[in-house]
Amino acid sequence: MSSYIIEGETGPWEVVIGLEVHAQVISAAKLFSGASATFGGDPNTHVAFLDCGMPGMLPVINAECVRQAVKTGLGLNAQINRRSVFDRKNYFYADLPLGYQISQFAHPIVGEGTVILDMKDGTSREVGIERLHLEIDAGKSLHDQHPSKSFIDLNRAGVALMEIVSKPDMRSPEEAGAYLKKLRAILRYLETCDGNMEEGSMRADVNVSVRHPGEPLRTRCEIKNVNSVRFVMQAIEYEAARHVEVYEQGGIIEQETRLFDSAKGTTRPMRSKEFAHDYRYFPDPDLLPLEFTQEFVDEIKAGLPELPDAKKARFIGDYGLTPYDAGVLVAEKETAAYFEAAAEGHDAKAVANWVMGDLFAALNRTGKSIAESPVAPENIGRLVDLIKDGTISGRIAKDVFEIMVETGGEPGRIVEEKGLKQVTDTGAIEKVVDEVIAANPDKAAEVKAGKEKLLGWFVGQAMKASQGKANPGILNEMIRKKLLG
Amino acid sequence: MTDLTSLTLAEARDGLAKGEFTSVELTGACLAAMEARKDLNAFIVTCPEIALDRAEASDARRAKGEALGPMDGAPVAIKDLFCTEGVQTTAASKILQGFKPQYESTVSARLKAGGAVMLGKTNLDEFAMGSANITSAYGNVVSPWQAEDDAAPLVPGGSSGGSAAAVAARMCLAATGTDTGGSIRQPAAFTGIVGLKPTYGRCSRWGIVAFASSLDQAGPMTRSVRDAAIMLGQMAGFDAKDSTSANVALPDFEKALTGDIRGLKVGVPKEYRPIGLATEIAALWDQGITWLKDAGAEVVEISLPHTDKALATYYIIAPAEASSNLARYDGVRYGLRVENGGNLDEMYMKTRAAGFGKEVKRRILIGTYVLSAGYYDAYYLKAQKVRALIANDFREAFKQVDVILTPTAPSDPFPIEGGAKVDPITMYLNDVFTVPASLAGLPALSLPGGLSQRGLPLGLQLIGRPFDEETVLRAAQAMEAAAGFTAVPTLLREGK
Amino acid sequence: MSLDKATVRKIGFLARLEIPEEDLEGLAHELNGILGWVEQLQQVNTEGVAPLASVSETRLYWRDDVVTDGAMPEKVLANAPDGLDGYFLVPKVVE
Repeated sequence: MSSYIIEGETGPWEVVIGLEVHAQVISAAKLFSGASATFGGDPNTHVAFLDCGMPGMLPVINAECVRQAVKTGLGLNAQINRRSVFDRKNYFYADLPLGYQISQFAHPIVGEGTVILDMKDGTSREVGIERLHLEIDAGKSLHDQHPSKSFIDLNRAGVALMEIVSKPDMRSPEEAGAYLKKLRAILRYLETCDGNMEEGSMRADVNVSVRHPGEPLRTRCEIKNVNSVRFVMQAIEYEAARHVEVYEQGGIIEQETRLFDSAKGTTRPMRSKEFAHDYRYFPDPDLLPLEFTQEFVDEIKAGLPELPDAKKARFIGDYGLTPYDAGVLVAEKETAAYFEAAAEGHDAKAVANWVMGDLFAALNRTGKSIAESPVAPENIGRLVDLIKDGTISGRIAKDVFEIMVETGGEPGRIVEEKGLKQVTDTGAIEKVVDEVIAANPDKAAEVKAGKEKLLGWFVGQAMKASQGKANPGILNEMIRKKLLG
Repeated sequence: MTDLTSLTLAEARDGLAKGEFTSVELTGACLAAMEARKDLNAFIVTCPEIALDRAEASDARRAKGEALGPMDGAPVAIKDLFCTEGVQTTAASKILQGFKPQYESTVSARLKAGGAVMLGKTNLDEFAMGSANITSAYGNVVSPWQAEDDAAPLVPGGSSGGSAAAVAARMCLAATGTDTGGSIRQPAAFTGIVGLKPTYGRCSRWGIVAFASSLDQAGPMTRSVRDAAIMLGQMAGFDAKDSTSANVALPDFEKALTGDIRGLKVGVPKEYRPIGLATEIAALWDQGITWLKDAGAEVVEISLPHTDKALATYYIIAPAEASSNLARYDGVRYGLRVENGGNLDEMYMKTRAAGFGKEVKRRILIGTYVLSAGYYDAYYLKAQKVRALIANDFREAFKQVDVILTPTAPSDPFPIEGGAKVDPITMYLNDVFTVPASLAGLPALSLPGGLSQRGLPLGLQLIGRPFDEETVLRAAQAMEAAAGFTAVPTLLREGK
Repeated sequence: MSLDKATVRKIGFLARLEIPEEDLEGLAHELNGILGWVEQLQQVNTEGVAPLASVSETRLYWRDDVVTDGAMPEKVLANAPDGLDGYFLVPKVVE
């Protein structure tokens, strides 16, 4: 499924993509200070003296952030390094109060791992994880508050981030999108990052290069801080096309850092690049190496939740779902949980169809998340049962469902109260059919003369007359018998 | 009650306990001495109101019969590298002019909690970078000592030169210092007092303006070995706010002063006797060996083979760490800002150019260079490896001996005027005997051993095993008794 | 390894220290002196020696995930050379 090829004048071009995702660790306090890691707040209210770089302040590591990083590493099937080292990455910036970022350079806490992508056509692809390391976030600069000043808020400074670096294994914007979605799903299942890209708790730096298939890698450009799946895909599309154009006009691509302009869908070079960065990494002398035992890792491993891939396999095996349906249902932890609650003791495939069809549509329409669904999962199961045992028809079920969305009611009761029970009494159905035929003698004559297409019209009329309650099977057969003998 | 300012901490503790004088009286006497010796420029900031308040509070606690620590009511000076809540803290740099921390360093907070009275903040080399206290933005510190044949003002040593001068000149009973490559021990030697650099990790670094994080240690500067033991006990201890602070038991250091060093094995490293070691330094060292032998110790020659590479190692590692530690002084959140309409980078460059002195800039540049791409392995990584070898030299030596004796400094104090003229490397050589123990993180103490031919103090250094300050202190006390060093600084003598 | 004026200028920018043009030469000379002197470390055989970053032999202390700090903007901003509405202010940054 790597058919994303740009056809150029010099031949086909393949796109090579690697992603560096910054995922904010879910924790109460920051990585090295006791200030709150909560998003937002009045400016500089979640700031300890360390976070604003006061003289003599020292970092002390938050145990929970270590656990979260290990947990994430395990979720990515990655190597856990029981000894890692914090380094200082030195550079000056207004929202970097220490003059360096505490990060992990040579010895990250997590090594190589893999993420499996579920593509739309039901196939899957593996993307390698290069490493995951812990580091601190910078503060926030606001540039549009004042004509000549930038405003600095350090609430975010020092919050724990996991930088998750993929191998350059992706070959299309679609794959990059699928990777981001899958990574986000894994993080959410693990509850190590909320994956909220709007609030910036997950951001991606996108590395893009192009090459003719079979060539070694060419120069890449890094597009910084892209904050939605859609933008990542757009940025790759634009950047790849730009590379191809430059190469085909005989130009060269310089390795550089670029910014994505979401309004225009383009990328442009960052201004501050007069001097190449020289980060002067060295082990942070305020911290000792981060070390833990295998028991510590094993304990975390024992507490891991079922992850999307395992859940998907189980949904296919236990519920007989198609890989595609199973993939859709496990993409969000809440959806999977909803589905399982709804399917329990009911026809799982039918339940899956209701969840992915009518429920998703209703949620979309009302702008609600599945956690806020007005329809309780067990009521989907009951609805499916009502159809299955012939209490209501599929058509009536749609109406019942809409009432459930509106009122949150229980389907059995709705059917009862509204008198929507399917009519299976042949006498009653015959009465309706006779009335419809009697009212339309011309059309009945046409059918008898061989225009069988009109049978369906009669079925529709009769169903309408029964207010949709007539059992469609019985109705069909009766009309056919009456008109065609 | 002749001269309160000349009391040791131990004597003051006893006198206060017996009610011979009050903390307010003691504090008042120190404040008067500070005023009288203003010309030494030992203090950057004095805080008489705070001092008297704390002294009164101490007297009140005593009157109520509360249980008091050994330093309750004792007036001390704090090196201006310790952040003190609400009291200007500058690190002797223009870049921190006017900076009032909203927090108190762990060490000064412990002293405060133990009832010690803070008199003021002492002068130092800018960001503790120097060995002569001639790089302070607040002027040179003048030693209270003068050569017999020359009245030229002398350096008190550095970087804790203000603390050393204040203790030696009897402006306070004791002072805090910090030592990165010798900044407690060398000025202690130059001013005839006791200075102890504890084991790395013994005292919390939280709230101390950082110079080189893997080397910085706070310690006491006092007029007796016993005082050093008392004060260390009040400064030291595990601090969860400092990840490099050691969670080890805190002994009663004063109890270690048994006076008995019979059977103690003392190492004398042959590499500390380089060709050209000043005769009087060599003679003092020999004298020290004799004192130890006479007290029943066994003296053994040992080898610390990488000693001659320690200084170069230090002058890569310390500037490298400093270049990063000093990046936070950028004019954004506190301290000096020089802005003239330019962009952010221009503000940084102008602020830092105006805020830092020459020596600090020199070290930032060296440190930046040795960490930069292409040079890291050749300089920084190489230095870390040599550091490992130096630490290992000591580890091997301590399999044989309990404590190591060396001179503290290669010369007696030199004139301020001359110090300002020498090239950086010559100045760095002052730390040649103190730097190895710093790199190895070992406890090391300097005590006055005698006077040079020019009548100036000379120090001897004792180095111990990690977290064995007790043995260092015990050996030092035995030597102190033998040396009988009673000389007072020139400026305190009759008629001066 | 010898430092020239251009390198001193570059290092000066990395360290954000403005160095007047006329000082570059002298500084290069001085820094070369120091670097030449520390060059002696190359004589030491360090093959197989692990670099020593810290002499501390204790285990890194881990703190619990509890909010114990922050919520003191007035103290955080108390020493700020320029601030407004709870923010630090700097010359406008154009990205």
